[in-house]
Amino acid sequence: MVFPPHLGIGGKIAHYSFILFCGFVFVFLVAPILVIIPLSFNAEPYFTFTEGMISFEPEAYSIRWYADIAKNPQWAFSAANSIIVATCSTFLATLLGTLAALGLSQSHMPYKSAVMGVLISPMIVPLIISAAGMFFFYSNIGLAQTLPGLILAHAVLGTPFVVITVTATLTGFDHSLTRASQSLGADSRKTFFKIQMPLILPGVISGALFAFITSFDEVVIVFFLAGFEQRTIPRQMWAGIREQISPTILAVATILVVVSILLLTTVELLRRRNERLRGISTS
Amino acid sequence: MKLPIIKSAILAGGLALGASSAYAGDALTVVSWGGAYTKSQIEAYHKPYTAKYGTKIQSEDYNGGLAEIRAQVEAGKITWDVVDLEVSDAARGCDDGLFEKISAGSLPNGVNGALPSKDFIPGALQECAVGTIVWSTIYAYDADKYKSEKPATISDFFNVKKFPGKRGMRKVPKVNLEWALMADGVDGKDVYKVLATKAGQDRAFKKLDTIKNDVLWWEAGAQPPQMLADGEVVMTSAYNGRIFNAAVAEKKNFEIVWDRQLFSFDLYAIIKGTPRFKEALRYVQFSTASEQLANQARWISYGPTRKSSIKLISTHATAGIKMMPHMPTAPNNFKTAVLENAEFWSDNGDELNERFNAWLAK
Amino acid sequence: MTSILTADGTPLKDSLYKAEKGRRVKAFLLVAPLLLFVLVSFVFPIFEMLFRSVDNPVLAKNLPLTIEKLQKWEGTNLPDQETFTLVAKELLIARENSKVGKIAARLNFEAGGMRSMINKTVRKVRKYKGNDYKKALIQFDKRWGKVVTWKVLKRIGQRYTGVQYLAALDLKVNADNTIGFQSEDRRIYVKIFLRTIWVSFLVTIFCLILAYPVSFLLATLPLRISNLLLIMVLLPFWTSLLVRTTSWIVLLQRNGVVNDILVALNIISEDGRIQMIYNQTGTLIAMTQILLPFMILPLYSVMKTISPSYMRAARSLGASPLKAFVRVYMPQTTPGIGAGCLLVFILSIGYYITPALVGGRSGQLISNFIAYHMKSSLNWGLAAALGTILLFAVLILYYLYNKIIGIDKMKLG
Repeated sequence: MVFPPHLGIGGKIAHYSFILFCGFVFVFLVAPILVIIPLSFNAEPYFTFTEGMISFEPEAYSIRWYADIAKNPQWAFSAANSIIVATCSTFLATLLGTLAALGLSQSHMPYKSAVMGVLISPMIVPLIISAAGMFFFYSNIGLAQTLPGLILAHAVLGTPFVVITVTATLTGFDHSLTRASQSLGADSRKTFFKIQMPLILPGVISGALFAFITSFDEVVIVFFLAGFEQRTIPRQMWAGIREQISPTILAVATILVVVSILLLTTVELLRRRNERLRGISTS
Repeated sequence: MKLPIIKSAILAGGLALGASSAYAGDALTVVSWGGAYTKSQIEAYHKPYTAKYGTKIQSEDYNGGLAEIRAQVEAGKITWDVVDLEVSDAARGCDDGLFEKISAGSLPNGVNGALPSKDFIPGALQECAVGTIVWSTIYAYDADKYKSEKPATISDFFNVKKFPGKRGMRKVPKVNLEWALMADGVDGKDVYKVLATKAGQDRAFKKLDTIKNDVLWWEAGAQPPQMLADGEVVMTSAYNGRIFNAAVAEKKNFEIVWDRQLFSFDLYAIIKGTPRFKEALRYVQFSTASEQLANQARWISYGPTRKSSIKLISTHATAGIKMMPHMPTAPNNFKTAVLENAEFWSDNGDELNERFNAWLAK
Repeated sequence: MTSILTADGTPLKDSLYKAEKGRRVKAFLLVAPLLLFVLVSFVFPIFEMLFRSVDNPVLAKNLPLTIEKLQKWEGTNLPDQETFTLVAKELLIARENSKVGKIAARLNFEAGGMRSMINKTVRKVRKYKGNDYKKALIQFDKRWGKVVTWKVLKRIGQRYTGVQYLAALDLKVNADNTIGFQSEDRRIYVKIFLRTIWVSFLVTIFCLILAYPVSFLLATLPLRISNLLLIMVLLPFWTSLLVRTTSWIVLLQRNGVVNDILVALNIISEDGRIQMIYNQTGTLIAMTQILLPFMILPLYSVMKTISPSYMRAARSLGASPLKAFVRVYMPQTTPGIGAGCLLVFILSIGYYITPALVGGRSGQLISNFIAYHMKSSLNWGLAAALGTILLFAVLILYYLYNKIIGIDKMKLG
């Protein structure tokens, strides 16, 4: 631990209040996400714990809100949209982003800093501004209120994540490996697939997951660029929060939390694998 | 331009996930305000229409305004066909060329044979739109919260001493400014005259100042009954049909105060350039016939715009109670009613919205 | 001195240069597709928005002759008969093209009441048979007989204009063509900009206060435990923004979980439930939680690299734990503090969703007003001007971030 064990009373108080404070922050971070999970099983149409729920009466819990999701075709329809948009935009972002990262990580890359600045900007520019600009521009060229328009917009938002994660796996990449491969007679394609690819793969996958979740969660661009036919899950949730708050929203939220946990775990495992592969000790 | 591959992919995906096929391209898309109101249209208009003509109707929700319609018309990519509009948007959109013209003569006569021009109440027939309902903004309270004296007048809404607690109001100047003036003693028939002057506007905002810290602002029509039910507010402005619905369908003890209700119409218009114009027109003709208008009043407490429909109003479709006493136009409710002045708002809306936003931000 | 030659006889220097150039081209070609893609689908739209903030085509396009004529008008007396005739004729043409609504709307943003003036005039001009348009127009609506009406027409007739920027800064053009403040009851945007900066600043500070100890804990714990705790930090990062905002509504509303607990514990009475949401407090709480991981991650990655031996050295030289921490440890974390603060500030200055859902009246930020003008008032020029100002503020911060920290140092997870 940080503080040596031979502390006085004051030190101990400081130490425990430090631990307490950190505990509070972790609760602050995670509790809001976890609290909706039990509430989504509320039998009553309320947003708070009923007495029955607190005393664990089985009849106070129900899966009626999950049944609601299944009954309402709108959710399935938005889910289909979300998955199509997120998958296509992830594919586009990953492909372009990985190529660019390969170029950017070479020491010969001209205007590296400026180019990097432009490529990362979609992550930095406030979404409302991107959305407004895209609304004007995409309407002019007939891409507003179409799925391809939405896919392009989300792909742009996703690329910075791919560029960043793949570049990160390439920093510290030992270029003597490629030279060795080439001097042993492998052509550059073979070198790429045999040497570079396995090393950057974890970066590519976590970049792709970032791009996926970015598109899957995004609502501001959808708000401006999508019509009813292109509604996605977050857009549907937005309407639900604004117009009719029912615990159905909580049920959808719970499903999304489970999806996030799965994605997060994948990324974490990949990151550790990457660190192991590159010999950065993790313990 | 549509990409058929992607479209069929969505449909395939949708079907695989158990979505209904109501999203097929040849369906008529009718856009409205959601919640209980859309449900009443589905029951009274869409279902009988589909039963009679076979055309599927896809129902969508929006929050008013012309932005989405303008975007569709300007991009030449029309996905909506018929829209349910407020009076001011109907007039404005007509001027802007966003809607097809609908001549009164093309509408069916009333059940009693009356010509449409005579049958519809004044103001309900416009160049590009046909009125379907009379609705009004009222305020409502949760009767369980008041044991002895209950709010009864518009002044009570502004009286936080006598009736403490949060109020819900729509986050626009419309209605709020009129009510503020009337609560301050202005007569209903003079309210727009006073509001047209700088002094009148100052007076209205000054009155609003007195309750500013006790107001929660809502934006969508479904919010106020929810806010009342959740106990977020003790009274709130709302559309009368929403409150009626919460009271009847969800057995809430909500009470409407009809004093100084501001009533208006909702109208149907057809988006300019829709490829399904004929179908859309047939739908509008069908839904604005006497029987359909009267039938809608069985599902929600909004009054029909045709005089010939009033006699046809019966009981609530599920609860079985008589609907007429709950209509904004019922004599008892209508005594101090004020017609919302659409022209005033189309002229002064920009400036008053600006001032209202600045006032809110203060 | 003879230059060294390669096997095929070219000087080595040239050959190396060629190879170097080839690699540069190859590197650039790898980046080019993405660069092109970002330019077309992202940078162009941003430029379109910049353009919209000064573009003012409605009158210039639909009443071109009237506007041209007004350019020569000196602005003291009413324009001549010919100008009246022109405006009447051009309004009729505009009607044929369904543009009257646009003209009326554009003018109404500038001076309330002009919408009905234009609409009324068009209706009456259609039926007018005579040719004394000056007399007729003034008869249709007496505002045509006022110089100020024509001045508005002239001003809004300019093809490109900076009036939207004036409006975005609560300024306006007075009747005598000077620039002055908007009347007091209409001033809003400067206040909202300041509020946005203030809220972003508070969120940044709150995030720093909460993140610093946690990052310190994470950096000093054994890796097995800290990795587990790190997942708790990353979970919110991966959870949908809307889900987290929904949770805050559930927790903080009047009949929400937090109030219920406080009532159950008898800390507050049933009537004394606290208003924690739909106001600035709600915005602050929710935004702090949502942006906290963006502060923890850079801090943690910096702290991880600080060797504990410095602290030990300071302690062994007699410094108290506190002094050692403040004088030795903290200065080494400055890069992390800088990176985290700038990132959180940049992200919060453009926040839209959370304030819109939990902000109520006092928690609305500038993005909400941009959205309002895009979606509700349809004053797209003003929305674009507000957006441009916000964009420049963000770009300056972004530039600083790149200068000080370097975007290539940005890490995710």
